[in-house]
Amino acid sequence: MELTGAQALIKALEHQGTEVIFGLPGGAILPVYDPIIDSSIRHILVRHEQGAGHMAEGYALATGRPGVAMVTSGPGATNIVTPLANAYMDSTPLVVVTGQVATGSIGTDAFQECDITGVTSGITKHNWLVTDAKDLPRIVAEAFHVATTGRPGPVLIDVPKDVSQSMMEWYWPEGTADLDLPGYHPPVGVDDAAIAEAISMLLAAERPLLYVGGGVIQGGASADLRALAERLNLPVVTTLMARGAFPDSHAQHLGMPGMHGTYTAVTALQRADLVVSLGARFDDRVTGKVDGFAPLAKIIHVDIDRAEHGKVRHPDLAIVADCKVAVAALASAAGSATPADRSAWWDELRGYQARYPLTYEPHDGHGLLKPQQVVETLRDLSPAGTIVASGVGQHQMWASQFWNFEEPRTWINSGGAGTMGFAVPSAIGAKVGRPDRTVWAIDGDGCFQMTAQELVTARAEGIPVKIAILNNAYLGMVRQWQEMFYDERYSEVYLSPDLPNYVMWAEAMGCVGIRVDDQRDVEAAIEQANAIDDRPVVIDFRTDASEKVFPMVPAGLSNDAIMVHPSQEQR
Amino acid sequence: MTPEPIELPSSQGELRHHVLSVLVENKAGVLSRVAGLFSRRGFNIFSLAVAPTDPSQRFSRITIVVDAASAPLSQIVNQLDKLINVVEISHVNEQSVVERELLLATVGVASDQMAGALALCASFGAEVLDATASEVTVTLAAHPDQINAFCELLAAYRVDQLHRTGLVALPRLTTPPVSPASAEPTDPHSN
Repeated sequence: MELTGAQALIKALEHQGTEVIFGLPGGAILPVYDPIIDSSIRHILVRHEQGAGHMAEGYALATGRPGVAMVTSGPGATNIVTPLANAYMDSTPLVVVTGQVATGSIGTDAFQECDITGVTSGITKHNWLVTDAKDLPRIVAEAFHVATTGRPGPVLIDVPKDVSQSMMEWYWPEGTADLDLPGYHPPVGVDDAAIAEAISMLLAAERPLLYVGGGVIQGGASADLRALAERLNLPVVTTLMARGAFPDSHAQHLGMPGMHGTYTAVTALQRADLVVSLGARFDDRVTGKVDGFAPLAKIIHVDIDRAEHGKVRHPDLAIVADCKVAVAALASAAGSATPADRSAWWDELRGYQARYPLTYEPHDGHGLLKPQQVVETLRDLSPAGTIVASGVGQHQMWASQFWNFEEPRTWINSGGAGTMGFAVPSAIGAKVGRPDRTVWAIDGDGCFQMTAQELVTARAEGIPVKIAILNNAYLGMVRQWQEMFYDERYSEVYLSPDLPNYVMWAEAMGCVGIRVDDQRDVEAAIEQANAIDDRPVVIDFRTDASEKVFPMVPAGLSNDAIMVHPSQEQR
Repeated sequence: MTPEPIELPSSQGELRHHVLSVLVENKAGVLSRVAGLFSRRGFNIFSLAVAPTDPSQRFSRITIVVDAASAPLSQIVNQLDKLINVVEISHVNEQSVVERELLLATVGVASDQMAGALALCASFGAEVLDATASEVTVTLAAHPDQINAFCELLAAYRVDQLHRTGLVALPRLTTPPVSPASAEPTDPHSN
C-alpha cells in the first residue's frame, strides 16, 4: 500500500494506540494535518503550542499512557521546548512531532526553520530527524518504545515537509526486533541477591524509612508498595512527584519530605538509620544541603536509571530495576518475616506528628481568604477520585500539603522543572484522558496568566475543567522569599488582584467566572462549580498575601534547619 | 546497552585522565549529542577523536579522554550510556590499552640546524613529509608520552604550526570490554 509520509505518520500513530493529539498546524506540518481529517485520532486544537505540550503531559500523568503533541517548525517547535524540558525532568512519556522545512532547505535559514533536534537534544530522551518517508513507521515505533520503556521521558520526531509529502510503501515493525536501536537496552528483571540483601537490611534496621518517588507511580507499584510497607511496618514519605503513590489516609504515611514537607517526613529522613529510595532521585528540594541529608542512614537506592545511583548520594545498595518489579520482589520477599522492634521509632515519629502537624491560622471572619482553608474546603467538597493539577509556587505546595491523595495519577504537577503555567493546560490534558473524573486545577494568579488562553481550547473542545485561582495578587513564593530572606524588600512581585478581571476574562473565554472574596461564600462557589459539567469554571478566590508556606527548609541549609509554622515555634 | 558499574583501577586516586572508547551509531548529530552531554553535565574532555570503524560505516568509534576529577567516572559512563546512539562503552586504563596519537608539525630550521633536526626526527621515528631549505613538516604517530617528549625537544627550533589529533585507543586483546554489551558491533542485539 503506497502512502504519503504524512499518511504513514498518522497511520503509525494510530497503530501505537494514540487516541488524541494535542496540536496546532502551520506551514511545515501542513501535509500531516490533511490525513488527520480521516483519522480515528481526536485532535485538540490548542491556542499556543506550549499548551499542547502541557496537555500531553497532563494526559500522560493522568493515564499512564504517552501523551502526543504535534506542532509546526520554527516557533511552533520552540514553543513546545518548555513542556519537553518539563517532561524530561519529571520522566513523563511524551511523543512530540514537529514539522521541519524541506530537507533541501535545512541549513539555509529558511522561513520558520529551527534546528529543533539540536535545541532539544539535552531535554529529550532521544529525538529523530526523519530524512526518508520509508523510515517513518519504524521511527514512530522506536519513539514510543523509547518514551515508554526504561526510565520514561519525552521524545521528538522532526519531519521535514518533503518527507511527509513523498510516497512510501506502508509496513509496520513487528516488535522491537524490527527497530534500529542497537544502543538501547532498558533493564529488565531484578537481581534476586540484591533483593535478599535489601530485605535483611530492612529487617535489621531500627529506624527504617521508605522514601517514595515518582518511579513508583510510573511503575504502577502502589499496591506492592502498600504490601511492603504493611508487612514490615515501615513508615513512608512520598515526594512531590509521588503524591498518591501511597494513601495519605494510611497510618504509616508521614507525608511529603523536602523544602515544604511535613516536619515528621523531613525529620524522619534526618533520623532514619535506613532510607530505602524507591524511584526517587535525591532532588535538592528533598535533600536540602546534601552533606547534611539523612546523616545517620544507610541508603538502598532502587532506580531503573543507573545514572541516578550515586549521582547525588552514594548508595550502600543500588538496585537497578523498574519499581514495579523491584517493589513487588521486595514485598514478596518480605513475606511473613519479623522485623526488628520498631516501637521506639514509631513513638518518636508519632511524637513529631502530634507536635508539628501541618497547620495554618483559619479565617477569623474578617479580611481575605486563607489559601490553605480554600484548598481544604475544595478537598472536602469534591468527589472522591478528583484529579488535582497545579502550577508552581505557594498554591502548589498548599495543594500538595492539604489535599488528601488516595490513589496514584490524581496529582498532576510540575516537579523538577517548576514550570509556572502548568496547571490549566495539564488539567485539560488530564480531563481528556480521564473524562470520568472531576478535574480541578489549583492555580496561582501569576501562573494562571501564563497559559489561561487554553481555557478557550477547553470550552471549544468541550473539556469541563475547573480552575481555582488562589489570587493573592502576588508572585507569592517569590514574595515569601523576599519577605523572609531579603528584608521584606519586595521586588517586582506585585500583580494586582483586579488586573486582569478574572471573572470577565473567564467569561470572555466561554467559561463560568465566579469571584469569592467573602469566607461565607467559599462553599457555595465550590458547590456551584462542581455542579457545572458543560463548560469550564474559573473561581477567583481572593486570598491573603501574607500567608506563607510552612514548614520550610531555607534553600541551601540542612533539613535540620526546618522552620515550622510560627504558631508551633517553641514558646 | 547496560554496562555493569565500571571497576576502577586501584590506582584511581592518582589517575585523572581516563580513556573511554565509545562505539556509537554513525548517524548525523551523534558527536554533537556526546559533546552536548559532556558540556551540560559539566564533565571535562581532554581530547576526543572520532571516525567510522566498520566497512558498513554503521558505527563510529569515539575515543574520549575524560577528566575524572570533574565527575566520578561511573557517573560519566552511566550518563553516556543513556544516549540512545551509544552502543558500547569500554573503559581502558593505562595498563591495558594500546594508544596512539598523531602529530603534524611545521618547524623552521636554519641551515646549520638541519642535520640536528633530522637526527631528532630519526631518533623518534618521525617522518619528514615536506621540506624547504628553511622549513620541514614532520609527522609522528606514537604513544602520547612520546609525542610529548618529541614536542619538548622540537621547541628548541621555531615551531610554526603544530597539530595533534588527540588520543585514539583500544583495549589490549587480553582485556574484555567492561560492558556486557560487548557483542559483535554488527550484531548488537545478540546479548
